[in-house]
Amino acid sequence: MTASLVVVGNGMVGHRLVSSVRERDRAGRWRVEVFGEERRPAYDRVALTSYVDTWDDSALLLAGHDPDVTVHLGDPVVAIDRAARTVTSASGLVREYDALVLATGSSPFVPPVPGHDLPGCHVYRTLDDLDGIREYAARVPHGRRAALVVGGGLLGLEAAKALRDLGLSPHVVELAPWLMPLQVDEGGGALLRRLITALDVTVHAGTGTTAIERDRGRLLARLGNGTELDVDLVVFAAGIRPRDALARAAGLDLGERGGVLVDEACRTADPHVWAVGECACVGGRVHGLVAPGYAMAEVVADRLLGGAATFTVADTATKLKLLGVDVASFGDAHARAEGALEVVLNDAVAGSYKKLVLSDDASTLLGGVLVGDASAYAALAPMVGRPLPGDPAALLAPAGETLGAGALPPDAQVCSCQAVTRAAVDGAIAEGCADVPALKACTRAGTGCGSCVPMLRQLLASAGVAQSSALCEHFTHSRVALFEIVRSTGIRTFSELVARYGRGRGCDLCKPAVASMLASLGGHVLDREQVALQDTNDQFLANIQRNGTYSVVPRIPGGEITPHKLMVIAEVARDFDLYTKITGGQRIDLFGATVEDLPAIWRRLVDAGFESGHAYGKALRTVKSCVGSTWCRYGVQDSVRLAIELELRYRGLRSPHKLKAGVSGCARECAEARSKDFGVIATEHGWNLYVAGNGGFSPRHARLLASDVDTETLVRLIDRFLIFYVRTADRLQRTAAWVEAMDGGLDHLRAVIVDDTLGICADLEEAMTAHVGSYADEWRGVLEDPEKLARFTSFVNAPGTPDPTVAFREERGQRVPVSLGVPQVSAR
Amino acid sequence: MTVVCRLSDLPPDRGVAALLPDGAQVAVFHTGAGELFALSNIDPYSGAAVLSRGIVGDLRGVPVVASPMHKQHFELHSGECVEDRAVTVRVYPVRVAAGQVVVEDP
Ligand code: SRM
Ligand SMILES: Cc1cc2nc3c(=O)[nH]c(=O)nc-3n(C[C@H](O)[C@H](O)[C@H](O)COP(=O)(O)OP(=O)(O)OC[C@H]3O[C@@H](n4cnc5c(N)ncnc54)[C@H](O)[C@@H]3O)c2cc1C
Ligand code: SF4
Ligand code: FES
Repeated sequence: MTASLVVVGNGMVGHRLVSSVRERDRAGRWRVEVFGEERRPAYDRVALTSYVDTWDDSALLLAGHDPDVTVHLGDPVVAIDRAARTVTSASGLVREYDALVLATGSSPFVPPVPGHDLPGCHVYRTLDDLDGIREYAARVPHGRRAALVVGGGLLGLEAAKALRDLGLSPHVVELAPWLMPLQVDEGGGALLRRLITALDVTVHAGTGTTAIERDRGRLLARLGNGTELDVDLVVFAAGIRPRDALARAAGLDLGERGGVLVDEACRTADPHVWAVGECACVGGRVHGLVAPGYAMAEVVADRLLGGAATFTVADTATKLKLLGVDVASFGDAHARAEGALEVVLNDAVAGSYKKLVLSDDASTLLGGVLVGDASAYAALAPMVGRPLPGDPAALLAPAGETLGAGALPPDAQVCSCQAVTRAAVDGAIAEGCADVPALKACTRAGTGCGSCVPMLRQLLASAGVAQSSALCEHFTHSRVALFEIVRSTGIRTFSELVARYGRGRGCDLCKPAVASMLASLGGHVLDREQVALQDTNDQFLANIQRNGTYSVVPRIPGGEITPHKLMVIAEVARDFDLYTKITGGQRIDLFGATVEDLPAIWRRLVDAGFESGHAYGKALRTVKSCVGSTWCRYGVQDSVRLAIELELRYRGLRSPHKLKAGVSGCARECAEARSKDFGVIATEHGWNLYVAGNGGFSPRHARLLASDVDTETLVRLIDRFLIFYVRTADRLQRTAAWVEAMDGGLDHLRAVIVDDTLGICADLEEAMTAHVGSYADEWRGVLEDPEKLARFTSFVNAPGTPDPTVAFREERGQRVPVSLGVPQVSAR
Repeated sequence: MTVVCRLSDLPPDRGVAALLPDGAQVAVFHTGAGELFALSNIDPYSGAAVLSRGIVGDLRGVPVVASPMHKQHFELHSGECVEDRAVTVRVYPVRVAAGQVVVEDP
């Protein structure tokens, strides 16, 4: 007999509860039904602000939507009848339950300020809220656009970031004397204010909002300290209140300050009703973070399947990246314990504030605050309540002692989001998890905020399954390290590099990787020794096909081509009998060329003004364009001209993987720029630059890096982006994977290439200038060099004789390869 | 026995293909370490005559060529496929005589 479990709320915790029950319930005891008020399935609310980068809600969906669980979306539960054990939904569905779990979360608290309900006032909790803010912001005329955020805590700063990314200037008003008063102490708050102000967010601390009024089409906000602000939009982020109305109406007990009152099993006084997440009051407290919510979900899932788990007061450690600024706090951050000692390192020059809180005898770590640089968080947070592993001042010093995995005892929590201990991680490693993705899959560690991932890497390393970033067995270096070596030593041959920095003779992994680095630094790809390093595609400057013939792809920048050039391609294809196809990259591919025909084909093409399209290389492929403002009635900028300019600028740039780009003349986006490594979309005022998109195996939408920039700024940013990618990505890592793997992700990238926080932008630009200045067509280089030309033969002892195994047949009027016979395989 | 080319025509670590009188093709390699090898030019996995165009290197010190089609490695002295020891390509005896590279019948 199956029993019926009804879950009210399809948010983060409700979703976790359902997946946990389904995972544990091997015998199929529970039939699960979920009611959700929002119209989207459960998504990652913690990452809500990233929605502004892409407006792609699918990127936030939580994994594990189970087909055997019925979910009613957009249909909130409106009543609970505890006597009949039924719930009723807004659409009139009535469901009986044996167990009912309330996971209704919180609602944003809107202070009763006069004018709080005027049009233009918003809250910040759901994807719908963000859609509403976006829609409203779009209607505000360009120019003097400003917004007010009421509340300077975590939520308020998240909202400020979203508003800034929408092109408004945010003002944040915080009642407490400093930002993020819950997590950060006064010293940290002071630095935080400085860092946030530098990011064009105006901070008004120690004052409240007293009124919001309509004022000539805009809003006027009056602050308690007498300041008046003209703004276009207001977002309330002043705290949350547990959504306990259903429980109250059903006669269940509530906590003193709200929240459905539950015991340590997360059960209400009614044995059939449970509550988890932000709506629950457990141990007299309501928790506003996701980690304790997940812990409650696990407790209830365990109980529903006969276990006896209990909820213990959860860790409130948090590490955040707000507007690119690191903020972390853990344990007793405010040093409330009796006699607690504080060790503070406040480095105004480097922009970092670090504090450790110690027990009165300075032996035990009680907590800490990190602002500006939270790199020590992953190692320090799990040590709370344990003996201090070193001299406190040394632990805080910038290049000081780093706390290794060795210091962590087995029961220390490595991942606080998912409550995973070191012992659990070590166990998974012993059972064969050999990398971070494997650990994520089998322990869930690292799948929340991600801040424990560096520690997971350390644990792997200390268990002897070091995450090798080695290029291959010949080099212990990563591609990035090797690139630096090549750049700084001036070594320009593989043999010298492997002799001095590697071992053995190299292989098909390191040779092409090094060849690509050498090419990025200048020189013809087929110069001297380099030939032997290249994959066959780069050796013959063409793509190998399944029968050993090659394809020819001339560059057609931006997809624009004259009828005359089209005729040349047609004639070449006819004369050499090449199969012809329009590619997905707005150009033409000619297939079936033999090695000996390639030079003659290219001679004709080069004479007609064509050059290599690098379809064979890890290099810029195409910059796709739409027709743009010249012809299109919607176009607002000349996308074709820009696409051609960009394609000509970056042609020939060798990179860790191929590069694709697109330029659209308006927001209709006909060039699909947002599926590209860099994509440009015209706006009324200039261009929006998107980066790190990908089609292919793991499609990714490119994310907004800069908006409304002029052409000069745009090109400068792309220059920096590309050289930074060339220098720091891994072998065969597309830009999307590169940014995803980057510590700090897009925010970090933006800091480096827009705000120049590393001070390397001048160098990056110089490298691109050098590339642009030294570009020469590779195919012309071959045709002009008899030694390079001599290699285009099938047989050394029979030059001119084509490969006899290659044969063609006809299909739809063109030549296609005859599939090769049974492979010649001899077993020994 | 077939004379293929002069030894000095063979660039280090880069293969060439040669046509034998019976129509078979051999891939001839001269490694950077100075060793000479000859294998069938046919990649057993794709059936295409392309092994001479693969990248030459070593895996744990054993000289290999990687097929340019799908990157399987073949040991140069035995012809054995590293990824699948049951698969072997034919190996031809090869030597240098009077500065010429000579491939013998297998
Ligand atoms: C010719 C073309 C298909 C067509 O007939 O339209 C094509 C053909 C090949 N693609 Fe592609 N891709 C072609 C457009 C695309 C596109 C669409 C686009 O560029 O707009 C994509 C998805 C977009 C993207 O890259 O993000 C695409 C994603 C791939 C991938 C997967 C990349 C990934 O990140 O997952 C590969 C495999 C790889 O590069 O490792 C690939 C690899 C290949 C190779 C080179 C496979 C190979 O190694 O032999 C194909 C041989 C081309 C040849 O011999 O000439 N091709 N390929 C297109 C050439 C466009 C051009 O003018 O240069
Ligand atoms: C911008 C932002 C940033 C955040 N950052 C962090 C962070 O960095 N770290 C962290 O730990 N936490 C963070 N949080 C908090 C975190 O998102 C919450 O703690 C978490 O989502 C709580 O999960 P929950 O399931 O209890 O509530 P929710 O995720 O809110 O889910 C509750 C769901 O129940 C639905 N519901 C309500 N009433 C009914 C009804 N009667 N019938 C049906 N459905 C109903 C709601 O519509 C909602 O979809 C952040 C929150 C926001 C908004
Ligand atoms: S993207 Fe805009 S400008 Fe370009 S073709 Fe489409 S509608 Fe026209
Ligand atoms: S601590 Fe957040 S994912 Fe591990």
